[in-house]
Amino acid sequence: MSAMVCLQHVTKEFTAGKQTVRAVDDVSLEIERGEIFGVIGYSGAGKSTLVRLINALESPTSGTVVIDGETITGRTERQLRPVRARIGFIFQQFNLLGSRTVAGNVAYPLRVARWPKERREARVAELLEFVGLSDKARQYPDQLSGGQKQRVGIARALATSPGLLLADEATSALDPETTRDVLDLLRRVNTELGVTIVVISHEMSVVSYLCDRVAVMEAGKVVEEGDVYTIFSSPQQPVTRRFIATALHDRPGPDVVQRLRERHRGRIVTFGVRDGHGSGTFLSEQFRAHRVDGSIVYGGITDIGAKPLGSLTFELVGTEVDVDALLVTMREHTDVVEYGGPLTPTDTTVDEATADAATDDDARVEVAR
Amino acid sequence: MTGTEMLPLLWTAIGQTLTMVVSTLAIGGLAGLALGVALYTTRPGNLLENKPVSTVLNAIVNVVRPIPFIIFITAVQPLTIQVTGASYGTASVIFPLAIMATFGTSRIVEQNLVSLDPGLIEAARAMGAGPLRIIGTVIVREALGPLILGFTFLFVAITDMSAMAGAVSGGGLGDFALTYGYQRYDYVVTWVAVGVIVVIVQLAQLLGNRLAARVLHH
Ligand SMILES: Nc1ncnc2c1ncn2[C@@H]1O[C@H](COP(=O)(O)OP(=O)(O)OP(=O)(O)O)[C@@H](O)[C@H]1O
Ligand SMILES: [Mg+2]
Repeated sequence: MSAMVCLQHVTKEFTAGKQTVRAVDDVSLEIERGEIFGVIGYSGAGKSTLVRLINALESPTSGTVVIDGETITGRTERQLRPVRARIGFIFQQFNLLGSRTVAGNVAYPLRVARWPKERREARVAELLEFVGLSDKARQYPDQLSGGQKQRVGIARALATSPGLLLADEATSALDPETTRDVLDLLRRVNTELGVTIVVISHEMSVVSYLCDRVAVMEAGKVVEEGDVYTIFSSPQQPVTRRFIATALHDRPGPDVVQRLRERHRGRIVTFGVRDGHGSGTFLSEQFRAHRVDGSIVYGGITDIGAKPLGSLTFELVGTEVDVDALLVTMREHTDVVEYGGPLTPTDTTVDEATADAATDDDARVEVAR
Repeated sequence: MTGTEMLPLLWTAIGQTLTMVVSTLAIGGLAGLALGVALYTTRPGNLLENKPVSTVLNAIVNVVRPIPFIIFITAVQPLTIQVTGASYGTASVIFPLAIMATFGTSRIVEQNLVSLDPGLIEAARAMGAGPLRIIGTVIVREALGPLILGFTFLFVAITDMSAMAGAVSGGGLGDFALTYGYQRYDYVVTWVAVGVIVVIVQLAQLLGNRLAARVLHH
């Protein structure tokens, strides 16, 4: 079975006056049927342009876009309309028609597809039930909260039962709790309806919560791509590390390290927590075996794709020989960052990524989900 | 002039004014709506982006619109005679009125459409809607409230212009006021005409506001 979306060396340039911007630069991607695929990147990286190429709102300057086995590049505007109608799209600003009720908005794509009235009404009722807004059918969009508006947006995007749903910053205008609700709804769309979803975001937490695979974009290029856990646990590109730091918050920044040193007498060491490594029992066994006392002073473990990821920072108290031996053992199993103790500060340079993220004063342990 | 002399003349004048205003509003309003939508959609970056068409349309609108109506009536008279077969009378005034109203309306329409959220058009395109459908069901429909208010404003402006029809013996309340009021030094007649125009305009405004409020579902 072919991939849901296949981009082959796709480039998109915009010309404004004499200046040419290459918004998407030689991108090749495959998005499999049934997966939730994330695209992450900073503002201007070309994410929106990329999804607009996927649903044919833009046509590539060069390269080929294949959707569900059909090459859509090179078609006329009129030929592209049915392609667009088969792809759902949800927007950051919801883009609901203010002159129509919630039901009217959800019915709009069905009118475009010329469904007869009775079938339309039945379908709208079914969709509003699915997104939990049956009681709002006759309300107008300006009477709804942001989260409710996005639910309407999702219902509308699903109206014609598309196999592919594109979400461009769908939760960026929402508060964290509402974001969580909308992401859960998107997951239901994926698992219950089997819809392939492409999620565009500049928030790594959205990607880590929802996606199976992720592509990282920078200056129009996909610089890194892979399954979410691999990308999180061993990022290759600096831009990827910066994004991950914003989602994990687990490593202390230089100022926090400074304060930890002032506050604690023992050696300050961070152990990475990976799937199958550095778990609680393993750590306590090692501490006992090496006669070292460890107390957690900072850290965070997040659940990424149902696997734990993060790090814990300890104050280690014991003889120098014992602590050294412990660190040797630990290095065999996970990554270890040593910040030294108050008297012998080994000034480990904290890499840029963690420095960006960890600005919190207090040591904290967060265990998400 | 006594009341019994004036009343039949006044009724005729009211009838003529309403004929002029309503038919102008219908013809010029529709044509202006189409022209306004064309001005808006052919703008750079918009749905039917088209630089040459946009430039030409803008040039025509900019040239015609500032011409004072009283001069315009006389300037297009040869054309008016060709089209309506008369150089005076109510029908002959409707022709230049409709042209002027078309150009006036087009800018009002364009201005109301510019504030439309482009995201809505993007959403409709993403759902596979074609340009004609988008113009009808998104662009005009979403701006309907402001457009109705724009047309109400237009009604007042047309009523104003139609009064100048008096200058070419076109009939209506303007003609009535000039012929029986101004030329005969009968201020009562003039003020009756003023009063009637005020009432007509107020009623139109009231109707426009009601309709707009209804469309905006407030
Ligand atoms: N229609 C256009 N005309 C000209 N330049 C454009 C156009 N659309 C996008 N660009 C340019 O292409 C680049 C990528 O834009 P794009 O909107 O895809 O970025 P993005 O990653 O979605 O950013 P954001 O997170 O801010 O939404 C930017 O430099 C932008 O200015
Ligand atoms: Mg964007």
